Amino acid sequence: MNSSMKFSRNGDAFLLSEIPEYGSNDFLQKIITETSSGWRVLNFFGVPEQESLTLYAVLGARREQQIGVMKCRVTESFPSISGYVPQLHLFEREIAETFGVIPEDHPWFKPVRFITSRTTGQNSFAKSVDEPIIPGVTDYFRVNGEEVHEVAVGPVHAGIIEPGHFRFQCHGEKVFHLEISLGYQHRGIEGQLTGGPYPSTIHRMETVAGDTTIGHTQAYCMILEGLGGSAPSQRGDSIRAIALELERLANHCGDLGALAGDVGYLPTMSYCGRIRGDFLNMTALICGSRFGRGLVRPGGAAFDIDTRQMVELQRRLAAAKSDLQNAVELLWHSSSAMARFDQTGKISAEAALELGLVGPAARACGVQRDVRSGFPFGAYKNHGWQPVTDPHGDVYARAMVRWLECQQSIDFIAHELDHLPQGGCRAKVAMPLPESMVISLTEGWRGEICHTAITGINGTFTSYKIVDPSFHNWTGLAMALRGEQISDFPLCNKSFNLSYCGFDL
Amino acid sequence: MIKTILARLKQKHRTMKYPDELPVLPELFRGYPRFEPQKCLDGCNRCVEACPYGAIELLAQGSRPRENRISIDMGLCIFCNECALACPGGAISFSNEYQLATGERDELVAVADQGHKRAGALEEKRLKLFSRSLKLREVSAGGCNACEADTNVLNTVGFDLGRFGIQFVASPRHADGIFVTGPVSENMREALLKTWEAIPEPKIAIVCGACAIGGGPFRGSPEVNDGACDLIPVDLYIPGCPPHPLTILDGLLRLLGKI
Repeated sequence: MNSSMKFSRNGDAFLLSEIPEYGSNDFLQKIITETSSGWRVLNFFGVPEQESLTLYAVLGARREQQIGVMKCRVTESFPSISGYVPQLHLFEREIAETFGVIPEDHPWFKPVRFITSRTTGQNSFAKSVDEPIIPGVTDYFRVNGEEVHEVAVGPVHAGIIEPGHFRFQCHGEKVFHLEISLGYQHRGIEGQLTGGPYPSTIHRMETVAGDTTIGHTQAYCMILEGLGGSAPSQRGDSIRAIALELERLANHCGDLGALAGDVGYLPTMSYCGRIRGDFLNMTALICGSRFGRGLVRPGGAAFDIDTRQMVELQRRLAAAKSDLQNAVELLWHSSSAMARFDQTGKISAEAALELGLVGPAARACGVQRDVRSGFPFGAYKNHGWQPVTDPHGDVYARAMVRWLECQQSIDFIAHELDHLPQGGCRAKVAMPLPESMVISLTEGWRGEICHTAITGINGTFTSYKIVDPSFHNWTGLAMALRGEQISDFPLCNKSFNLSYCGFDL
Repeated sequence: MIKTILARLKQKHRTMKYPDELPVLPELFRGYPRFEPQKCLDGCNRCVEACPYGAIELLAQGSRPRENRISIDMGLCIFCNECALACPGGAISFSNEYQLATGERDELVAVADQGHKRAGALEEKRLKLFSRSLKLREVSAGGCNACEADTNVLNTVGFDLGRFGIQFVASPRHADGIFVTGPVSENMREALLKTWEAIPEPKIAIVCGACAIGGGPFRGSPEVNDGACDLIPVDLYIPGCPPHPLTILDGLLRLLGKI
């Protein structure tokens, strides 16, 4: 085993001084070496310190449930390694955009969120000093030729959807290349956490991605619990896990309906649209909010589940299970719907691994990647979670993984409700340790959520870095469109259903 | 085919009868604030301090010093319940009343001992034009996608927004009004204004959610505009973080004079 990184576990805090520091060449070479031998990138970010920028690489190895951290100091630039480690390409661009430190010879050097640098106050991608930042305006990859045409969509889309800009390079109906340009939802969440946590912090964590309120707030609470060295209440942990699975159920169920809708199969669309609401209302039964606002709090859960609620939840869960099974089976038995799902938007397992895809998108390429089994936390620690996979890599596989996960989640919730640990649902959390780092991982419904916090001398945040699963997966959607018909874009898009606000932060 | 028909029978008819029958939301749902001023302790300011977004004001009543006049600005409130938890006397709580939308910004301020104000119908000219058919262009401008999600829900069979003649359309050119969610991030400001300009007159503007009204959880962030209210002339304010689908539906129906 390699001992040249600081090794830690999901949610455990450690002193910053324990992280080994390397020269930039050794540091980058180590990332290349480790990622080619089973490790992968969970987080890669910079922290400005006086005249320099400290780069932290947070790597994860599935088998030993281990997280490895190392760092290096750079000033104006560093050599890009995205060509060797493609899963780093957005992380490197993000560092350039946020801190004005340039990854040299980056193969795809473009803005991530169209914002000015936090340290220099300038546009890191400007060709001249006075060039303004206009969201969506950048050098797009362009295919030339007599019969080639370009389709531009967004930022305002046709439905009730978040904003983003999409450029398709097409030859007739066939898409040669799709480029996705985001940043419209940028609210500056991370930058304003310096010096925190503040009274507003937990509410902003709940709204990093509103449909993933539980996933992100759980990750944030694990950060505070880790920094305080305080274990959360076991009962609270169980309630949080129930809420996380209800969140997954609502979204997976909604996605299955929307996928059916995108190929014009209305029965499943209508039924799933309604059943999704049943899951949201179960969360509201626990805490009053359909999205779980106010439920997950440091130390456990702010709302307990009493016997009356437990009985009611079991009743509703059984009813929703039966309705959902009925609605989704219709879809699998509709040959015209299946003809559209099958072999559409295919991604190979190799591409998924290279791009660092996470969540159902990765599992639908046969990649066993799930925080609940890889880096188990809270109520999943003693559960022995078995991730669901499907080897096909297409829309069908992404739909099937969702359905199988729905069944898993329903069984898990039913089991947890029957075995809720005794005691209070919320424990006290001690003040955060100074000069420490903690990395927390949770499995949101879109996949791996990674939060990384660093504290200063007085225990407040000097850096807080959030990685939403969408940050890993948007490139997967772009790759899935290659060679497809442009009319299959909505279907492929829905099969990923990625977050704009979670990406834009 | 037979499977599809059997499934149709199993899934039943699910469209709610709103507004003829009023559903009851869960007990824990946090809706219109409920005040009990007699329980408010003199000199205590804990609710004001607990509110992360400055939504609460306490005004001492001249003649009766022990009874403060409590007010909550539902436009800033994200219904997080921190004030209720902080109050030692239990003077603040949240009812499960969800009909919260108003036609004026200052009507969003709920004050103890004063009546609950709800949105009224549009003036005659626009009411006549839109009451039987209202097409809206939704613009998501920097929020968290929860308002969008619970607006989308109105198109499901449970709510069936179409039966009221209300529809979300794909182009501002086809729309009678704009429906804004999100605090209006700097990067969406221009797109929002262009969409508003592209809608032909006469038109209406609706802001949905704490973000679009006053910045919501992101209020005060330099990257956002603290809502759309100073960018477009608003006809309907729908508070909540996010508003319950019924809060949105209720607001829309009141605006069109259907409630």
